[in-house]
Amino acid sequence: MQKKKPIWKDILFYLFVCIFVGIIVLPFFWQFMTSIKPLSEISAIPAKWIPSSVHGQFYVNVFEKHPFAKYLLNSFIVATTTTVLSILIGASAAYALARLRFKGKKIMLMAILSISMFPTIATLSPIYLLLKQLKLLNKYAGLVIPYITFALPLAIWLLTNFFAQLPKGFEEAASIDGCSRARIFFQIMLPLIKPAIFSVGLIVFINAWNEYIYALTFMTDDMMRTVPVGIALFPSNYELPWGDMAAASVVVTVPLIILVLIFQRKIIAGLTTGGVKE
Amino acid sequence: MWGGVYAGGCTPFCLTLDAENSPDIPDSILGCGRMEEMILGKKKKNSSIMKTEARDAWIMMAPAIIVLSVVAVYPIIRTVWLSLHEMVLTDPGSGYPLIGLKNYTAIFKDKRAVESIVFTLKFTVTTVCFELLIGFTAALIMNKPFKGKGIVRAAILIPWAIPTSVSAMMWKFIYNDQYGLFNDILLRFGVIDKYKAWLSTADGSFMALVITDVWKTAPYMALLILAGLQMIPEELYEAAEIDGASVFQKFFYVTLPTVKTTVLVALLFRTLDAFRVFDLISVMTGGANGTESVSVYTYNHLMKFLDFGYGSAMAMMIFAVVFIISLIYMRVLGDQITDR
Repeated sequence: MQKKKPIWKDILFYLFVCIFVGIIVLPFFWQFMTSIKPLSEISAIPAKWIPSSVHGQFYVNVFEKHPFAKYLLNSFIVATTTTVLSILIGASAAYALARLRFKGKKIMLMAILSISMFPTIATLSPIYLLLKQLKLLNKYAGLVIPYITFALPLAIWLLTNFFAQLPKGFEEAASIDGCSRARIFFQIMLPLIKPAIFSVGLIVFINAWNEYIYALTFMTDDMMRTVPVGIALFPSNYELPWGDMAAASVVVTVPLIILVLIFQRKIIAGLTTGGVKE
Repeated sequence: MWGGVYAGGCTPFCLTLDAENSPDIPDSILGCGRMEEMILGKKKKNSSIMKTEARDAWIMMAPAIIVLSVVAVYPIIRTVWLSLHEMVLTDPGSGYPLIGLKNYTAIFKDKRAVESIVFTLKFTVTTVCFELLIGFTAALIMNKPFKGKGIVRAAILIPWAIPTSVSAMMWKFIYNDQYGLFNDILLRFGVIDKYKAWLSTADGSFMALVITDVWKTAPYMALLILAGLQMIPEELYEAAEIDGASVFQKFFYVTLPTVKTTVLVALLFRTLDAFRVFDLISVMTGGANGTESVSVYTYNHLMKFLDFGYGSAMAMMIFAVVFIISLIYMRVLGDQITDR
């Protein structure tokens, strides 16, 4: 059908793609190169793109000078818990908001939206006082609780959107057959929305993983810090350890890329086959 | 079993348990709907279905409502309360008196606060425009089959996967006046004739922040839009093609209407995020050279000066601006989401 496609169009397309990807990857490439440079070459003028030899010292520093393994573990526990809780609580709410008729729907949507847009900073001091009272500062729960404030509305919003996109026929057919609401939800809608849940789950996870202000304020014990705050506090008054920071960010990013690569296939495969076409 | 639903006592959840425990029962046995139709008149049946539907909706939303009340609504109310007080934690002798709206009127007399609002609005509009443009383009590229698609898709997810504080630090090094990559590249291409200290001027800092934010979040946009694009049935395009639709016609009559909601939701979240920008600025410039966002300024009041009263009022003001932004989106978006 499309055999007549001129070749210059392909070349142009791939040129565009290459430039696009190049710009995206370049800073990361630079960061990686910085992380394996010998100390003297970091401050080379003009900048040295490829190091003359590979050095692993910055990576050793990351784990020996800082409790970086603990940061990773903390981030992982908090982000995973937040994601699972948000999806569990959020999916049924999103279904109701997208597909059921009831009075006050718009108000509910507005309320959830209002919560999601409330600036982190504004809830900072009340939540701080609350967590202090409950003795949850420097505890995982003390970070998961505030994270729910942004993760749950986000999950609900995105899932509502996905639910709304499913064709209406499913439920009507099911309810004519007399399926209960719960059965429609668990056995028909949830399996249909599965790919979207992956997608939304990833977005929520990354959001929780990347969160900065709450983690900075509520986790004051160095052993309880999460990755974003831990790395940001690498610089001391006396030095800017660019190499250590570069190595640390490589350590954080590589597992995430692997994760994304694994899930990417699932997301895309799921999205294209996910029952939407009937 | 079926009587349980309409007798009213049973929640939809206990009925599922029933249904799941006896999966072999054919659907017709569960056919309470048909029975109902025979017994009741059509009008009455509709209203009873509506009632059940509304009840189910509230039951399904209950966990979310409870959780959000505790972790979000309560702190929000407390912040409003704090904003009406004179409350500087370093000055407990004042007794934290109730002073009404004085904290709010003080914002407009505070030149630094007004400047931070203007900066934040400028930053929001600039970044979101670029992000939409790049995100949509990237999504459209990734949505068509081509060789190396997987690599492109993986690459596009890298910036998104990195914590903002990390990417801010990374880019800060790139903008470094002596060892930075940015100067090196621009010099090689002849755009500049000598190294510049980008982060020490207002324009340079603004540009640096915008580039970093767009680099970081355009992929997020692309991911959401792509998810929407993938839900468009292939048949729609095939039908359009048979009707002889051009590429542009396909985009405007098939693609755009279908992903409109997804795009608007993505836009909404990006706008709100951009307006509340904190991590990026706090790590990269610390608010120097006229790059102090409202969030950074508010954080300083809360955590550095421990002025909870004024800080809370600032926070409420951010909330108000953000609320207006989202009202605009809701006017376009609301009906689409709620009227399905």
